[in-house]
Amino acid sequence: MAWFKRNKQALKKVKIPEGSWIKCEGCKEIVYRKEIERNLKVCPKCEYHFRIDARERINLLFDEGSFIEADEAITSGDPLSFKDSMPYKERLKFNAQKTGLNEAAVSGTAAVGGRTVSVIIMDFSFMGGSMGSAVGEKIVRAVERAIEQKTPLITVSSSGGARMQEGIFSLMQMARASAAIGRLKNSSIPYISILADPTFGGVTASFAMLGDVIIAEPRSLIGFAGPRVIEQTIKQQLPDNFQRAEFLLEHGLIDMVVHRREIKAMIGKILSHLTLPE
Amino acid sequence: MRYYLEFEKPVQELELKIEELKRLSNGSDLKISAEIKKLEKKARELHSQTFADLTPWQKTLVARHPERPYTLDYINMMAADFVELRGDRRFSDDPALVGGFARVGQFPVLILGHQKGRGVKERISRNFGQPQPEGYRKAMRLMRLAERFKKPVITLIDTPGAYPGIGAEERGQAEAIANNLMEMSQLKVPVISVVIGEGGSGGALAIGVGDRLFMMEHSVYSVISPEGCAAILWKKDGNEIGQQEYALAAGALKLTAQDLLASKVIDEIIPEPLGGANMNPEQAAKNLAEAVTRTLEELSAKPAGKIVEERYRRLKKLGGFVAPKAV
Ligand SMILES: [Zn+2]
Repeated sequence: MAWFKRNKQALKKVKIPEGSWIKCEGCKEIVYRKEIERNLKVCPKCEYHFRIDARERINLLFDEGSFIEADEAITSGDPLSFKDSMPYKERLKFNAQKTGLNEAAVSGTAAVGGRTVSVIIMDFSFMGGSMGSAVGEKIVRAVERAIEQKTPLITVSSSGGARMQEGIFSLMQMARASAAIGRLKNSSIPYISILADPTFGGVTASFAMLGDVIIAEPRSLIGFAGPRVIEQTIKQQLPDNFQRAEFLLEHGLIDMVVHRREIKAMIGKILSHLTLPE
Repeated sequence: MRYYLEFEKPVQELELKIEELKRLSNGSDLKISAEIKKLEKKARELHSQTFADLTPWQKTLVARHPERPYTLDYINMMAADFVELRGDRRFSDDPALVGGFARVGQFPVLILGHQKGRGVKERISRNFGQPQPEGYRKAMRLMRLAERFKKPVITLIDTPGAYPGIGAEERGQAEAIANNLMEMSQLKVPVISVVIGEGGSGGALAIGVGDRLFMMEHSVYSVISPEGCAAILWKKDGNEIGQQEYALAAGALKLTAQDLLASKVIDEIIPEPLGGANMNPEQAAKNLAEAVTRTLEELSAKPAGKIVEERYRRLKKLGGFVAPKAV
C-alpha cells in the first residue's frame, strides 16, 4: 500500500551529502563532515543519527573481521515483468552499480563478543531497502540457519516496505519471513530486532516487529503507514514526535532506544540473559 | 434498479429498453414479446462478452462493486448457526473485521473476514472495511479458540487495506499484522482463505496465511492498489493521474484471480455468476461453500503436524527470486 510513497520521499534525502561541510537534518546546523564520520555518523551537536549502509553497520555491530556473507548470489527475479520508466531488471542493475550490493539486504554469520550470530542487515540505499523475493529468501535462510546452528538471530531493518515491482510476491515475503520467525520461536534461540531510520510497511508488519527484544536508534521513523498517507487520510496534522523511536517506546511497541555507539554492547548484554541455564 | 459500472453502460441501455418495452406491452402484444425476447438474449450475450473480456482495472472495479456480497452476506447465505464473537479483550471491538463459529455443510468452523458496510452510515461505522489493530487481534483470539476446539478456520478477505491512522499506529498496527502472520503459520487446524472482493496488501494478508488460498473469479489481490501504484509511478511534478494510469498500473501489478492462478500464488478460482457475484449472490455463496467443504474434506483427514509442515512448505515456494545452482 501506501508505504511506498514515503519511501520515495525518503530517497530524496541523501545519507551524507558530498562536500566537506554538511547541514545536519536534526539541528540544521552546518557541521564538519569529517567530524560526523569520526563520530559513527552521528551529529556531535544534536546526536542525530545519519543513515549508514550495510557495510558500515556490520563494522559497527560485530567483532572485527567476523562477518561471513552467505547467500550473496541470491537475486530478485522479475516475476511480473514489471516496467515503469525503466524495466525492473534494469532498475536492479542500476541499483547494484550504485550501491555495490546485489540486493537490499546482506546476510550471513558474524560474532558479537565472540558469540556467533546469524544476521540480516538491510540497506536503504538499494531501492529504499524494499523487500522483494530475494530479501525475503535471504531472511528465511538466515532464520533457518539460526535454528539449525542454534545461534541467536539479529536483524537490522531500514526499509520503505514491500517492493512494488514484484507485486504479490513481495507481499508474500511478509508471510514467509514471519513464518520462519515463528519456527525460531518454538526454540530457545533469541531474536534481537534493531530498527533504523526509516522502517515501514511490510518490513515493520512482519519480521521487524517480531523480535524478542526490539531496539531502535534515536529519532528513527518507524511505522506501518507512512506519515504522508496518514495525514492525507485523516486530514489532521500529526503530533510532533509521531512515529519516532521515542514515540514507539512510549507506546510500548519497542523495548529501548539505544545510541548507535552502544548497540553492540547492548546486544552482548541481552544475549547473556537470553540463554538457558546450564 | 441495480448499480451499473461505467463499462456496463451498454448493457444498462439494453436493459432499460427491455423494461420500457415490457411496460408498453403488458405481455399481450406478441410482436413486442418476441422483440423483448430478442433483446434479452442480446443483453445476456453482451453482458457475458463484457465480463469475459474484463481488463484488470475493470476487475478491480467489479471487486469493489457496492452491491457485491460481503463477509456477513456470505456467512448468512452459506453458514448455519452463526454466533458472532466480538472484541480483542484489550482495547475494543473492531466492526471492520467480524467473525464467529458456524457450520458450513457438515463442517463446524470458525469463519471470519473483513466487513465493508452497505450504505453511507454503515460504511463509516465499519470504516470501509479497514481494520484497526484490534480487528487483527480479535481475529487471532478467535483463531486460537478455534485451534483449542479443533475447528477449521475460513477467512474471507475484502479490504482496501489496514487503516492508516494515528491511533492504529499508537496501538501497533504493524505488530498486530506481523503477529497474525507468524501465529497463523503455526495454527494447528486447517486454514482456508478466500479473497471475496478486494485483497489490499498487508491488511488483507494479515488474515490470509493458510493452507489454501482461493479467489472469487472477479476479485483482486495486490501489494498496493492500482491508484497507489500509479501515484508513485506517474504523479510527479504535479502531473494529474486518472483512469488511464490506474488501468496501466492494474495491468502491471498482475492482480487478478486469473493472473495469480497462472503464477501459482493461489490454488483455485471460485466461479461467479454472470455479471459478477452481485448479480446472483446466492449462487456465488453456493460456489464458495462447495469449494470450502470439498477442501475441508481433504484437509480434515491430515494430522495437525502435517498441516503445519505443509503450510510452511507452501509458503516457502512463494518467491520470485533467483538462487544460484548448488555446486
Ligand atoms: Zn545535528
